[in-house]
Amino acid sequence: MTRSAAPPEAALQPRFVGTIDDDPGACSVPHGGGWRPGARWARDGAISGHSSQAELDALPAHQRPTMREMGRRNEHAEHPFKAMPSDEGGGTTSTPSLSWATLWRRPTVLVLRTGQRDVITAACPVAIDLGLRPAMAAAHARALVADLDVQDADLDADRALLDRLALHAVRHWTPTASVSGEDGLWLDLTGTTHLFGGEERFCRRLLAFLKRFGLTARIAIAATPGAAHALARFGSSDMVLLPAGQEAQALADLPLAALRLEPEALVSAARFGLERIADLYPMPRGPLARRLGLRTVERLDQARGLIAEPIIPVVPTDTPLVTRHLLEPIGTPESITQVISDLVDDLVVVLLQRGIGARTVLLTAVRVDGEPQRLVVGASRATRDARHLKRMLGLRLAQLELGLGIETMHMVVAHHEPLGAEAVGALLETSRKGRDLAPLVDQLSARAGEAAMFRLTSHESDVPERAIMRIAPLHAPTGWPGWKRPVRLLRRPEPLSNVVALMPDHPPRRFTWRWQAYRVVAGDGPERIHGEWWRTDREKWTVRDYFRVEAQGGERFWLFRRGDGVDPDTGDLSWHMHGLFG
Amino acid sequence: MLAPSPLLASPAIDTVARLREAVVQTRTLSIPSLSFGIGSMDDRLASGGLDGGGLHEIAAGSSSLTDDAAATLFLAGIAARFAAEVGQTVCWAMTDFDLYAPGLEQVGIGPAKLLYAQGRKDVDVLAIAEDALRDGSLACVIAEVKSADMTATRRLQLAASDGQTPMLLYRRYRTRDRCPLSSPSSAMTRWRISCMPSERLPWPGVGRARWQVELVRQRNGDPFSLELEACDAQGRLALPAPSRDRAAPPRRTDARDDAISRAA
Repeated sequence: MTRSAAPPEAALQPRFVGTIDDDPGACSVPHGGGWRPGARWARDGAISGHSSQAELDALPAHQRPTMREMGRRNEHAEHPFKAMPSDEGGGTTSTPSLSWATLWRRPTVLVLRTGQRDVITAACPVAIDLGLRPAMAAAHARALVADLDVQDADLDADRALLDRLALHAVRHWTPTASVSGEDGLWLDLTGTTHLFGGEERFCRRLLAFLKRFGLTARIAIAATPGAAHALARFGSSDMVLLPAGQEAQALADLPLAALRLEPEALVSAARFGLERIADLYPMPRGPLARRLGLRTVERLDQARGLIAEPIIPVVPTDTPLVTRHLLEPIGTPESITQVISDLVDDLVVVLLQRGIGARTVLLTAVRVDGEPQRLVVGASRATRDARHLKRMLGLRLAQLELGLGIETMHMVVAHHEPLGAEAVGALLETSRKGRDLAPLVDQLSARAGEAAMFRLTSHESDVPERAIMRIAPLHAPTGWPGWKRPVRLLRRPEPLSNVVALMPDHPPRRFTWRWQAYRVVAGDGPERIHGEWWRTDREKWTVRDYFRVEAQGGERFWLFRRGDGVDPDTGDLSWHMHGLFG
Repeated sequence: MLAPSPLLASPAIDTVARLREAVVQTRTLSIPSLSFGIGSMDDRLASGGLDGGGLHEIAAGSSSLTDDAAATLFLAGIAARFAAEVGQTVCWAMTDFDLYAPGLEQVGIGPAKLLYAQGRKDVDVLAIAEDALRDGSLACVIAEVKSADMTATRRLQLAASDGQTPMLLYRRYRTRDRCPLSSPSSAMTRWRISCMPSERLPWPGVGRARWQVELVRQRNGDPFSLELEACDAQGRLALPAPSRDRAAPPRRTDARDDAISRAA
């Protein structure tokens, strides 16, 4: 298959043809746009000179008019590394040289030998335009179209491609994805589409991705897999977004084949005169199951969301996974701890062989009744320390609901990072102080929660309450400038009353805070801090003058006054308590 | 017939000797106690300083926020000296976060040395502190709690000696009048800190802060009380200079007279 080399004629037709005024003699230049003083085409009669593409082509290369001369005023040079069209571009214009008609010059069909005859499994758009359809006999198609390109279908390659797409989906779009049938993918989009800007944008992105990949795709998003399956294959448009709860109405008009029924059930349904899915709704379920099979009723219920239909996700093959099947179900904490410890030991060997460390470990314990119980532990740094992993899993053990016992346990490393060999130096150290903190951080965050562990670092702001910022416990913080700062800061500055102070730049003599009067014996300051005008307009002119004062009993406070005492725009001269020095 | 035979006595003596050696070894393996560098204080402490593998309780002298800040700085200074070497970390566990990290940096415990852990309740904070102590990779563990009974302090003391990590337990006031140090505890030392007026400077500024440092109780020793100058940038306390050793303040009246005479 080759692309057509010659571009279509229309692309190079000069645009100015239609814009010429009706009376060219009245003015030397055409009216109605496209005019520019001094344009060469307007001076030397280039309009009538090369009117057709053939004439243009006949000219030697150096005499051909440039795009600019032919009336395209804003013709930029193409950037050599032009960015690809964005994924969001819903209306990406397909250039004429890359349409299906030019890509597939000859009508092409894929055939598969079933029994005694070749049956078409897929047809290219050109072939479909010519009336060829899948499930048609190849001999019939050959008779209809003379120069038909017939090629053998390669089901294994199709399946491999779908598998690769499913793996790509697992890595990029959603953790739960699997191949559906011979031509589809399930993606469980619950809670993931907001990462791509909503369901609609996600669909457009997906379509654009598949188009770049050379595939035509149809997408349906629905609350049940059955409805999504039906709408994607038999829906009205390429992109169907179905709100939850409307499955029954949306499916009503679709043919029965949309329900993934068995061929026998379809044949018997056709015999009974049932064509659309809506025909099944009013039928009593008992006779329906007897005539079309229990499977039909089940499919109908699955599509309408009355029966759950879980998607069994594909797991990337390179995910480290260890499994223990138990001879008898276990239920005591000691035995479970033992199995977990065995699993961790197995896992560490796998990790060591591949030179990776675990960041997230998922433990799945399958109960006797088939209900999986999951435990997830995360490490703040890649680790394959068996003792550490066992301790972290041990802390979460109480979350398992054992029920009647556990039959099988799997341990999967959901997220891993490369981890090289560790230095032996740590073994020779006598003191444990100053060791790597990652195990301790993991242990404490398993106990108190991820957000409970933090460090504080400086943030570029002079306003005291904004100068600190929380960061993750293993990140490197930076310090603050050496201005005198209190050790405890009030959550909000508290107003002082009965303040006696000499304006503008002396600390107060007396003040009352929290119903107690203080007499100031010494003070340092002011330290002037201006508002951050780039944040809000209110802070445009504001000023705080901070003072460090000592009261008569030895109490040391950090106070500030709003305003510089001269300009009323800078503040209302009220005094506030902000922090305490010991 | 119960008298020990000489044949049995000698192994028993050997065992005792071996046990003694082991005890001595563990004593030397444990990290040395941290002295304050102030003679009158270290002499009165039973181990010549703060035990590096023990629980120490600190409380403010009153429920006022200024005494609270003084006690916070006192324990931050101790933690800074425990974590004086590069790369050592202090874990600070609390329920309500109102510390101001720039102020802590100014007593020698910079942001790179400090790891905060915030628990929901006092029980969480005590559990975090115990885990951190037993891990043994920290230079010091600080926990702020409002209530800790005998069992909790006993657990902390055992964890501290197991992990060879000093534990500073800051007891905050639950009620206005009841000192948290009045409840029993198994801490090695118990301190109470309150603010004192600082020395007046010859200019109208605030001098180095001064605290009343009161050792309420210690194991194998007597309580005492001292007036000390607050932590400096490395977390070290100092004795106030006696008034006769102090540099003489310039006489204001004389200076003013000189200025007037010079102007005239």
